[in-house]
Amino acid sequence: MLNVADILETIGMIREENLDIRTITMGISLLDCVSEDADRLCDKVYDKITKTAEHLVDTGISIEREYGIPIVNKRVSVTPVSLVGGAISPEGYLKLAHTLQRAAKTLGINFIGGYSALVHKGMTVGDKNLISVIPEALAETENVCSSVNVASTKAGINMDAIRLMGSTIKRAAYLTRDNNSIGCAKLVVFANVPEDNPFMAGAFHGVGEPDRVINVGVSGPGVVAAAIRRAGDCDLSALADVIKTTAFKITRVGQLVASEAAKRLGAPFGIIDLSLAPTPAIGDSVARILEEMGLEVTGAHGTTAALAMLNDAVKKGGVMASSHVGGLSGAFIPVSEDEGMIAAAESGALSIEKLEAMTAVCSVGLDMIAVPGDTTEEVICGVIADEISIGVANTKTTAVRLIPAYGKGVGDSVSFGGLLGTAPIMPLRTYSPARFISRGGRIPAPIHSLKN
Amino acid sequence: MKAVITVTGKDSVGIIATVSTVCAEYGANITEITQSVLSEYFAMIMIAEIDRLTVPFADFADRLAASGKEKALDIRAMHEDIFNTMHHI
Repeated sequence: MLNVADILETIGMIREENLDIRTITMGISLLDCVSEDADRLCDKVYDKITKTAEHLVDTGISIEREYGIPIVNKRVSVTPVSLVGGAISPEGYLKLAHTLQRAAKTLGINFIGGYSALVHKGMTVGDKNLISVIPEALAETENVCSSVNVASTKAGINMDAIRLMGSTIKRAAYLTRDNNSIGCAKLVVFANVPEDNPFMAGAFHGVGEPDRVINVGVSGPGVVAAAIRRAGDCDLSALADVIKTTAFKITRVGQLVASEAAKRLGAPFGIIDLSLAPTPAIGDSVARILEEMGLEVTGAHGTTAALAMLNDAVKKGGVMASSHVGGLSGAFIPVSEDEGMIAAAESGALSIEKLEAMTAVCSVGLDMIAVPGDTTEEVICGVIADEISIGVANTKTTAVRLIPAYGKGVGDSVSFGGLLGTAPIMPLRTYSPARFISRGGRIPAPIHSLKN
Repeated sequence: MKAVITVTGKDSVGIIATVSTVCAEYGANITEITQSVLSEYFAMIMIAEIDRLTVPFADFADRLAASGKEKALDIRAMHEDIFNTMHHI
């Protein structure tokens, strides 16, 4: 039976605390589109995506209207294109990016992910051809997202790939210099990348996935922050329970929307991604949750502990609410996309070193961080290598989405608008890791006994 | 199937009439009403059966929302499942 308090609680979460479904992402396999001819490949890819996801946006909107819960994004992820493009030329891969863009426009979705390569152990000709045109693809398209997996706990770290990504990121920043280097906001470098992640820019449709699948990302940092505020001065055991209960409720809504979307779209339900995904809006911030837990500001000593507890409690609450959990599942800590993180970075309370430590205990990694435009390729590679090692050594996903904003320095900021937000330029250490990076090769996979 | 209709806003004459007129027009059968007025602030929750709606539920919800615009009322019709799944195991 429904009771008034429950009804008012749900409505309050949606109206006052920004509860929403962050994304319904349809994963689509492109493996049946393989062709050695770039034009034929592009035609097949366009047809497959636009037919399979034809009703994605309409369906999302009608679920939103019937259940009264906002569904912010409707998106598509596809098989990493280097797997279907094989050895087509770099020009062919660029054409494929335009094809994905055209498909995204036809469908009315805001991002399409999967302009990707998996190179954790080495690179094929196709991988190299693809990566060589990622900067152009990101500059010439608006809604295409790219990701490259450069390491895994089982394969180790491909330092040649990291070196290549350092120059790729710099070139993407340069080619989109008239637009705050926004190309870099659509490019993620991963370790242990999940194959069913619905969140951009890192979403793609893994090779072990079915022909099509519905994955849903929930949100709700504002709901968690409000619940903690209401809980008052309880101890941390009680606080963990408050977070778990709230995460459970949020995830149940995600499960409902995911099952309904899967049924209506005739695609199997894949996973719910249990992430707390912030936006730049007031009251939708992960940093503010940490501060509600008792930190003066995010970045204070104690931040890593608070985040570890938050992340764990969200997972514990969410797991029981959903039949299948996957993707990134954890708290996101992108700087530019989180109002509290922006404030903490601007005030100098939050440093890149603290962010790096935080990524050891939550999902994703160094995300949406703007750094000086004159940062050298080697330093960018060093940042990537450090972050990727945290993921590899801890058997978890980590990622880097750095924006070396062309022509900008510490004290400036870049604004991307919308969900991508605004980021102050954060200082990096400029000491050179050049010799270490230039050695290339692979860092061997870590041993998983003798733990310390 | 049931819908939960919530109405909030400043109290005025005819709020229940407005909502129930739209319900009657589109075939929603109101089965429960609870309401309160706190210092001029009006809050009402209605449960309505929506099996015999003459329009798709989403359109019905839009029309209810539109009917409240004139009086600056926030009227939402939401499928009961969102409340059931969130609060009941």
